[in-house]
Amino acid sequence: MSTEGSYYVPEQSKLPLAAALGMGTMAFGAASWVIEGGTSTVFLIGTAIMAAVMYKWWSIVIEENTQGIVSDQLKYSYVLGMYWFIFSELMFFVCFFGSLFYVRVLVGPWLGGEAAIGVFDDTATDAAIANATHLWNEYDPTWPPLITPDQTVNAEGAKFVGPQEAMSFPGWERLGSWLPLYNTIVLISSSLTVDKAHHALKDGNRQAFIRWLGLTVFLGGVFLVLQAEEYVHAYKELGLTLDSGIYGTTFFLLTGFHGAHVTLGTIMLLISFLRGLKGHFNETDHFGFEAAAWYWHFVDVIWIGLFFIVYVFD
Amino acid sequence: MAHGPSQNFFSRWLFSTNHKDIGTLYLWFSFAMFLLGGAFAMIIRAELFQPGMQLIQPEFFNQMTTMHGLVMVFGAIMPAFVGLANWMIPMMIGAPDMALPRMNNLSFWILPFAFAILVATLFMEGGGPNFGWTFYAPLSTTYAPDTVNYFIFGVHIMGASSIMGSINIIATVMNMRAPGMTYMKMPLFVWTWVITAFLLVAVMPVLAGAVTMMLMDINFGTSFFDAAGGGDPVLFQHVFWFFGHPEVYIIILPAFGVVSQIIPTFSRKPLFGYSSMVYATASIAFLSFIVWAHHMFTVGMPIAGELYFMYATMLIAVPTGVKVFNWVTTMYKGALTFETPMLFSIAFVILFTFGGFTGMMLSIAAADTQYHDTYFVVAHFHYVMVAGAVFSGTAAVYYWLPKWCGKMYDETMGKLQFWIAFIAFNITFMPQHFLGLAGMPRRYSDYGLQFADWNMVSSIGAFMYGGAQLLFLFNVIRTIGWGKPIDDPKVWEGAEGLEWTLPTPAPFHTFSTPPIVK
Repeated sequence: MSTEGSYYVPEQSKLPLAAALGMGTMAFGAASWVIEGGTSTVFLIGTAIMAAVMYKWWSIVIEENTQGIVSDQLKYSYVLGMYWFIFSELMFFVCFFGSLFYVRVLVGPWLGGEAAIGVFDDTATDAAIANATHLWNEYDPTWPPLITPDQTVNAEGAKFVGPQEAMSFPGWERLGSWLPLYNTIVLISSSLTVDKAHHALKDGNRQAFIRWLGLTVFLGGVFLVLQAEEYVHAYKELGLTLDSGIYGTTFFLLTGFHGAHVTLGTIMLLISFLRGLKGHFNETDHFGFEAAAWYWHFVDVIWIGLFFIVYVFD
Repeated sequence: MAHGPSQNFFSRWLFSTNHKDIGTLYLWFSFAMFLLGGAFAMIIRAELFQPGMQLIQPEFFNQMTTMHGLVMVFGAIMPAFVGLANWMIPMMIGAPDMALPRMNNLSFWILPFAFAILVATLFMEGGGPNFGWTFYAPLSTTYAPDTVNYFIFGVHIMGASSIMGSINIIATVMNMRAPGMTYMKMPLFVWTWVITAFLLVAVMPVLAGAVTMMLMDINFGTSFFDAAGGGDPVLFQHVFWFFGHPEVYIIILPAFGVVSQIIPTFSRKPLFGYSSMVYATASIAFLSFIVWAHHMFTVGMPIAGELYFMYATMLIAVPTGVKVFNWVTTMYKGALTFETPMLFSIAFVILFTFGGFTGMMLSIAAADTQYHDTYFVVAHFHYVMVAGAVFSGTAAVYYWLPKWCGKMYDETMGKLQFWIAFIAFNITFMPQHFLGLAGMPRRYSDYGLQFADWNMVSSIGAFMYGGAQLLFLFNVIRTIGWGKPIDDPKVWEGAEGLEWTLPTPAPFHTFSTPPIVK
């Protein structure tokens, strides 16, 4: 191990190249998989390479930390890395929230016949306005849209068929059976429990740390199970699918990507939990766990946004 | 390993954690991509040499315009500036290396895989991407060849590379500055890069979102970009340009930084208006987030939107004007000499300003109705991409190459390259303004007879310009192999900054103990 002055510059490593190989294989494999007649083999090989690399890479980072060659300055580099990684994740969701805003506020009314508003002025000919207005006859742009523009024109032959029911707030009397509410409670609680774990660790109370962290992982699992149940309910009973036009599209993509991030966060916390069991963290040195906790708070914040924008304010 | 590079060629270049070696890898990769993208451009210009279909099929022509744009933007220009950042930022701020050296190597090695996937599509059934580098839906969704899926995942991993590279640069600048190197003492190249890195972290995920929506629409039945389901193809354009407009500043801001280093050196004066340069760069970055729909004036936006995006876009001329004013004022009453890097930098100031003015013309929504999607747009963005980014990248290589390898390039050959490139560039792209104003649409494989003369002129210029790049390659290889050795730490008489206090050539490890900056 060479230490360059006060800042640790690691030795050469085979891992970055192996990681790039894994990512390249995954990308190539994913593309060939989605094309008709494709198989998942190459993608799975890439995933296996990636998993092995990540395991090895983080093992080395942990090992370096155990050996005490990680200075405060290097730790701050890791902190900055995590900050900006979370910021990039936030921007990914901004992209989907922005798209939802655009289709709900602007596209819907335009498709519903308000195309003339704003786009055309007094000098526009009636024919031009009619042309823009009547492409999708009778489309009702209220949100959530249960009938797609496609259905208003093609009726039975439509490719995009709206759901029978949306995931919206069902009214106070049916509140007790509304899954998103439970999910919100579960996720907010888990943010509190992970904070409890963090404080317990800082106070040097390892037992409490492991208990609270274990509970957080459990709550993450509960959230994912409930989310899966909601999807089954949507597909089986509400006819709400990816093909249900823009409502299904935005619903599944926003909640789906959030769910994927919850999965990732749960894995991060689970690893922290297992490391905690092995006695890895102490009062002052526990950034691996702290980063996972920040990530967990981040997915919680995204969920609160989702809860209000996707579920409540319909 | 503490004292020098690995003696084994493969292990040195494949497993590196050294910012200089990784910078070199980035630079060679980007030059290879530059030649590949240039070859695509040569095919385009050869086809357009005369009206009528001469050499290739229209389908292949579409693939060439698309791949030329993608390879040049994502494969040549961006990695070239990341390479310069890798080499120079640690040396400029007195850091021993980048903050996260292993991730640095990962960021680089993703690129060869991403571009191998992208270029491989040209040889697959259905051909490569043929929907333009802006890949508008539904051309890139409903009407795209199956290979679009390779394009999508290629963009995904390329974006991951950019995000990791940018996080590394931000962490380096925020955490690794030598004692006394306050933010407002940082060289302008470092400033422009840290702002660029911020832009990249902010918009690369949006690009990932855009291609993800495409993937879902193509394969999984969603309707983001399909009005039949309640979506809108125009949504794609909004999402794309929310990424795309900051992207063009991602390309040009580091170029500003390079020129802001070179002009003071050869004017033998400090940069005029340093702090206004910093604030102007930050303003440009901020404005880049709120002007995206000026790329979409003819798509059918409400009048209020057209007006807003028009005025917001025009605001960008203010901070950009500050920069041009500062460069010119730095030269004013300076003791100027005209070595190759300075020639390229002066050409940059003149031609970039020209490209900026045509940008102002395009920003006028009413006028854009005439210019939109014509060769006028092509001419405009090649003035800022080629005479802007590529000229400054070339200037940077000539400026820093002696520092990197301890050998001097051939000044005569450098100047010859400059004059051929400068003249050929204008022969290529100046006539495209006339073609565009006369109504020739971009991306077409054939054109009316009235456009024949200027197209032929443009093609001749393009071949000359391509030739000049081979001269550049030759000069660089000649310098590394057989250049005249030098050992003056400053290399250039007027150069200022930490990087010039290091020995020439720069040792494998520098600033292992941070210097004190007063």
